[in-house]
Amino acid sequence: MPETIKTRLLILGGGPGGYVAAIRAGQLGVDTVLVEGDRLGGTCLIRGCIPSKALIHVASKFEAMAEAAREPKDGLSLGAGPVLDMAQTVAWKETVVDKLNGGVTALLKRAKTRVVSGWGRFSDAKTCHVETADGPITIKAESVVLATGSVATALPHIPFGGDVISSTEALALEALPKRLVVIGAGYIGLELGSAFRKFGCEVTVVEAQDRILPLYDEALTKPVRTWLEKAGVTLHLSAKATGWADGELTVEQDGKTLRLPADKLLVTVGRRPNTQGWGLEEMGVDMAGAFVKVGDRMQTSMSGVYAIGDLVGEPMLEHKAAAQAHVAVEVIAGQNRTFDPATIAAVCFTEPEIVSAGLLPKEAEAAGHDPVSAIFPFQANGRALSMGAGDSGGFVRVVARKADHRVVGMQAVGAHVSELSAEFAMSIEMGVRLEDLAGIIHVHPTLSEAVHEAALRALGHAIHI
Amino acid sequence: MGRFVFKLPDLGEGTAEAEIVAWHVKVGDIIKEDDLLVDMLTDKATVELTSPVHGKVLEANGAVGDMSPVGGPIVVIEVEGDGNSVAETAPPAAKPAAEPVKTAAPEPEPASVAEAPEAAPARVPVAKSGGTGALAIPSRAEGEKPLASPAVRRRAEDLGIKLGHVPATGPAGVITHEDLDAFIARAQSGGGGSTGGAGLAKRTAVEEVKVIGMRRAIARQMQESKRRIPHFAYVEEVDMTELEELRVHLNATKRADQPKLTMLPFLMRALVRVLPQYPQINARFDDDAGVVHRHAGVHIGIATQTTSGLMVPVVKHAETLDVWAAATEVARVAEIARSGKGSKDDLSGSTITITSLGPLGGVVTTPVINHPEVAIIGPNKIVDRPVVRHGQIAVRKMMNLSSSFDHRVVDGFDAAEFIQRVKAMLEHPATLFMD
Repeated sequence: MPETIKTRLLILGGGPGGYVAAIRAGQLGVDTVLVEGDRLGGTCLIRGCIPSKALIHVASKFEAMAEAAREPKDGLSLGAGPVLDMAQTVAWKETVVDKLNGGVTALLKRAKTRVVSGWGRFSDAKTCHVETADGPITIKAESVVLATGSVATALPHIPFGGDVISSTEALALEALPKRLVVIGAGYIGLELGSAFRKFGCEVTVVEAQDRILPLYDEALTKPVRTWLEKAGVTLHLSAKATGWADGELTVEQDGKTLRLPADKLLVTVGRRPNTQGWGLEEMGVDMAGAFVKVGDRMQTSMSGVYAIGDLVGEPMLEHKAAAQAHVAVEVIAGQNRTFDPATIAAVCFTEPEIVSAGLLPKEAEAAGHDPVSAIFPFQANGRALSMGAGDSGGFVRVVARKADHRVVGMQAVGAHVSELSAEFAMSIEMGVRLEDLAGIIHVHPTLSEAVHEAALRALGHAIHI
Repeated sequence: MGRFVFKLPDLGEGTAEAEIVAWHVKVGDIIKEDDLLVDMLTDKATVELTSPVHGKVLEANGAVGDMSPVGGPIVVIEVEGDGNSVAETAPPAAKPAAEPVKTAAPEPEPASVAEAPEAAPARVPVAKSGGTGALAIPSRAEGEKPLASPAVRRRAEDLGIKLGHVPATGPAGVITHEDLDAFIARAQSGGGGSTGGAGLAKRTAVEEVKVIGMRRAIARQMQESKRRIPHFAYVEEVDMTELEELRVHLNATKRADQPKLTMLPFLMRALVRVLPQYPQINARFDDDAGVVHRHAGVHIGIATQTTSGLMVPVVKHAETLDVWAAATEVARVAEIARSGKGSKDDLSGSTITITSLGPLGGVVTTPVINHPEVAIIGPNKIVDRPVVRHGQIAVRKMMNLSSSFDHRVVDGFDAAEFIQRVKAMLEHPATLFMD
């Protein structure tokens, strides 16, 4: 006879959606069980955002040292190049992951969440069976939050396996591949591809579309392209990967067939919602394409069943999942909540970084805002220059409505600009106007001065340009 | 140049202090003799104070809502000649007491709030090149999401309010917390504004209303009355059928210049006739001194609802008025009270009060005596009721008469007898007019 747990709330998935939901439920006094088949933390903490940023961090250090060894730069030179022990790097990265995983475990304990480790499978909308190390457990819940996340999409004709890897394996490589081919020039492919290039790998990127990072406009992606070219990353645009055999990727481009030999083939052509293998089909919820369909209260078509995060649609971002977790749990606790953000800012840890909140100029145009936009280049920003980051072509851009100067979009590209995302999101959520940005004293010397100047420029009176 | 110190005059009735209700001048104003200076509120009346001199306002002491002592300097005016004050030659600006008044002067605030969004962009220095030109504030386009900070959005959700229904006053059409407050206030006062379909949402707003001005005066008067006076309530029913017939007849046949009669002048007439036999009831009790002042004249307070609250204007010497004159006088003093421009005389000196809610009169009330009076009479609603008359059920126009007496100086027996006499007069209206 399997153990049966009755609970007010069952959360499936312990990623940034699920664990945040569990902690919030604890705060609201909702009796909660969380089921996770892997380690707590989800894609983001275990095999996504955080480990990739750790890897990029080491790669950037390595590159800076290698550069100093090649030729003196800014008065700095090294007698010999750096020596990389990839296994050690991966081990360090794992300590970061362990720290975060342990943190989540502790937070859930404090929130009095009962964590059930094992693979869960629903037999109906409110009943979940979990195979745990201590035997099967059946959980019956009044409310359910589905937070199963997403998985890397495979190409049908080039399945994962062997040297064909996803981002997950790329973050756990014990040795560097000499030649890495990346399929897909989205942010995951370019972040990882750039990192491996910094480590000295030969990196080739194959992209089916005619441009990289299709979510951003040309102006924002140009500095990234410039870096890729300078760094020696080979880029094949409008190129279709057609097959993988004997360590060679065949690519169709302009009617020609290219053969790209590779030690590892990294496939980053997107992610799809994780809807398989846990009984979703038994729950009677409506779908919206590949995603679970939800309303603005994160409710599915089945009463008492809520879904959040990557499972319910784009953008597949950690911070979106966490925000939706708040909404879902507060609704379950009886509060009146909707998921209705003004913006979900996104960052891209390429070289250099890209950050965007709100609308791009052309999107603002299409939305009928009659926008005015202005950029301020980091070339004219003291802090950027002092970091040697003034010549990467980076800038801050502000997009506002001509009619009332309300800021509808903010973007930047350049070193460390991801940290500007806070001001961008705050500005748009608070409905600020150009005059507000212009009237706020921005600290010198920081990159944020460029935000101030871009707003001034949109008003027609920038100081430093 | 001299300084004329205008001190708060004695506003009568042992008033020791009065409340500033509204300023008509501010520091720096040039004023003429007889110009309005300030409105002061005593226990009963709003009194307009005018300037006795011509000159420039140097000080205006106190903010709206402040209490000013009688005899205290309230306005200082710079005048030609010596003025009435020689000692103080210090520049008035150095007096901190005068400072708050500048801001306290009642400005037309709503107007400045409404102007704010327009005014802000106008100050933007728009450069020749690359500027975006003058700004208009477009209202939200249809289908466009309402603009509000996350905190405002969350509050609206908690309150079950759809932000799309909330008018915005913030820059660029941002809905502010204040907009939400205003919307809630309108919805609560029934002035429109639906809750957007979430009618069962909790209402958690708490509005703070300062008890100042008239309301403070009313509160204090009621508190005094209830604390000091042991009320004795007495209710009797009165058959008004004959009086109503007479009243209807008089209204139908009256001259054009005569006022329309309500039941009130007849009740006043009845009091005037009966009170001489009950001098302890037509009285004012100075309970601090332990003296009852029994008045020969009948000065009837008429409890009147005004926009700022309950006021009691007084019909003086009701014994000199016939029903027509009484009706005219009631209308006059009620209008004075409602306009808020009653003189001290119109609003004080009553010896007994009538409180009638007219069609809202209800079945029974327990009226609160208007201290220092000792009695209050509250006629209730007149309704058709079946009553037993001469062994038959008959439909009669019945009215209850609710009254309260100060039991310290009016015995229950006397009060009951008094009301019975009034009842007898009302039921036999001819007796109202017979000596």
